[in-house]
Amino acid sequence: MDSSTATAAPVTWSAAGRWLQRSLPRLVLSPTLVVSLVFVYGFILWTAYLSFTPSKGYPIHELVGFLQYVRVWNHPRWQVAIHNLAIFGVLYIVLCMALGLLLAILLDQRIRQEGTLRAIYLYPLALSFIVTGTAWKWMLNPGLGIEKLVQGWGFPNFKFDWIVSEEMAIYCVVIAGVWQATGFVMAMFLAGLRGIDQDLIKAASLDGASLPKIYRRIVIPQLRPVFMGALIILAHLAIKSYELVVALTGGGPGYATELPSTFMYVHTFTRNQLGMGAASAVMMLLTIVAIMVPYLYSEMRGARKQTH
Amino acid sequence: MAHQWDSPQMVKGTGVRWSAFVIYGLLMFFAAIYVLPLVVMLLTSLKPLQEIYSGSIIALPHEWTVKPWIDAWGQTCVGLSCHGIKGYFWNSTKMTVAAVILSTAIGMLNGYVLTKWRFKGADLLFGLILFGCFIPFQIVLIPMATLLGKLGIASSTPGLVLVHVVYGLAFTTLYFRNFYVAFPDELIRAAMIDGAKFFSIFFRILVPNSAPIVVVTVIWQFTNIWNDFLFGASFSTGESAPMTVALNNVVNTSTGEREYNVHMAAAIIAALPTLLVYIVGGRYFVRGLMTGSVKG
Repeated sequence: MDSSTATAAPVTWSAAGRWLQRSLPRLVLSPTLVVSLVFVYGFILWTAYLSFTPSKGYPIHELVGFLQYVRVWNHPRWQVAIHNLAIFGVLYIVLCMALGLLLAILLDQRIRQEGTLRAIYLYPLALSFIVTGTAWKWMLNPGLGIEKLVQGWGFPNFKFDWIVSEEMAIYCVVIAGVWQATGFVMAMFLAGLRGIDQDLIKAASLDGASLPKIYRRIVIPQLRPVFMGALIILAHLAIKSYELVVALTGGGPGYATELPSTFMYVHTFTRNQLGMGAASAVMMLLTIVAIMVPYLYSEMRGARKQTH
Repeated sequence: MAHQWDSPQMVKGTGVRWSAFVIYGLLMFFAAIYVLPLVVMLLTSLKPLQEIYSGSIIALPHEWTVKPWIDAWGQTCVGLSCHGIKGYFWNSTKMTVAAVILSTAIGMLNGYVLTKWRFKGADLLFGLILFGCFIPFQIVLIPMATLLGKLGIASSTPGLVLVHVVYGLAFTTLYFRNFYVAFPDELIRAAMIDGAKFFSIFFRILVPNSAPIVVVTVIWQFTNIWNDFLFGASFSTGESAPMTVALNNVVNTSTGEREYNVHMAAAIIAALPTLLVYIVGGRYFVRGLMTGSVKG
């Protein structure tokens, strides 16, 4: 729509008034653009710049090349963080997708109370990660939580103290993370299942295909875009994960559940290592960009193909 | 949702009986797992401390008590000050209400411009704004802390409102743009012929027809801003902290005996506003989730 049609009204406008009327759309959008340029792009450049300086408690304007990146990668806590991100990321994505798909397929069987069940699976998404972390920290409390519950059921030797174990604590983060996000993946798969062409399924069942075979051969292959979408979102969430670890383990015991996000926060705000904090933030951003850009590019190309 | 679809199960016709038991069994099992943490929190928050030590996490209280709730609200220690979480609850309320209204209103106008007053390069600008949905916020923490300090609004509710509005705009613009794209241009053109201008078209035609997307956006923004911890922890101290930061401080305050029942009451209070929104507007919540998260 052309903004000049707006001036077709039978009103005489002064030149300034006409200019204002024509520029109004741009003027209205401009605060957001300025905000975006400063607070998103400007701040990214600022952080990137700091990552090449020897800044500690405050910015030092001097370039030292990739020194901070080298320091980050040589830091034992960063190495633990990357290791944890790999464990957490893979398990979180795989478990959320597997359970999400299972729940979606089960819910798609024309069951009674579907709405109620869906609401139950989805409510954790309305909770803050801090609340989720607090709840699971209590459930996983060795001595008072699930451990004690199962011991009381007649298994006095039952042990479930992952949350205080350096090797196992990261799996507690996985449990709480999967609990919170599976409902969302389920909702995505359910929407996908409802969009599948029913004639294909009818035809296959008339041909005598068994139910598991129909799912394996027809339904699941058609959900490919949903798998891609869920994969991207979960990977993105895994890289950004921060609050859950803070509330659940505080990064501990020791720094056994460190993630890149907690590393960034600690070095920036409590250890006065702005340069290292900035370098780790830049690496987080680059990882997310590396995942998102190819995905968005292929999505947009797909969308363009459909319209032309 | 129109139930036109037939699940493969139904098309098959057979097998419904043998598997119904398994299907319902599995669904109920998962439902129990999903409800369990909330039930445990609630039961724990209604028990005296000694019952927590003597019984199991799912045991019903012998002696029901709301004292943990009263303590959490007005007495418990958040860091060094022991006035409960009520002050932080109000911090979050003020912050969330202001930031939701501002970011929704601006996003609405942006969506209107980007769809009904398209100018050259509008799509590019939209893409530029949209990028803000994906960034990990760690990348902006250091400059933001510096800027808030320079503006003199570090550690204040207005400072946090600014942060949440700024980083919420990408989402609100996305929501309204995608909604208004489907809004018929003919109505706008007719109004223009009648002499209506930019704002009168907006207020008289677009706004009255925006109720569903306003609800979706408000719920999305409300949930995200209320639940935020990273910005709150980075840009607030002491008394100015939002609810999530205070909750984390309550739970991780290491002095004295750990009052698990008070912790759980505080956690439920912190979760209550977003849970209520979810219960009242669940349908819109899910719709927002599907749009917002595919992009962010």
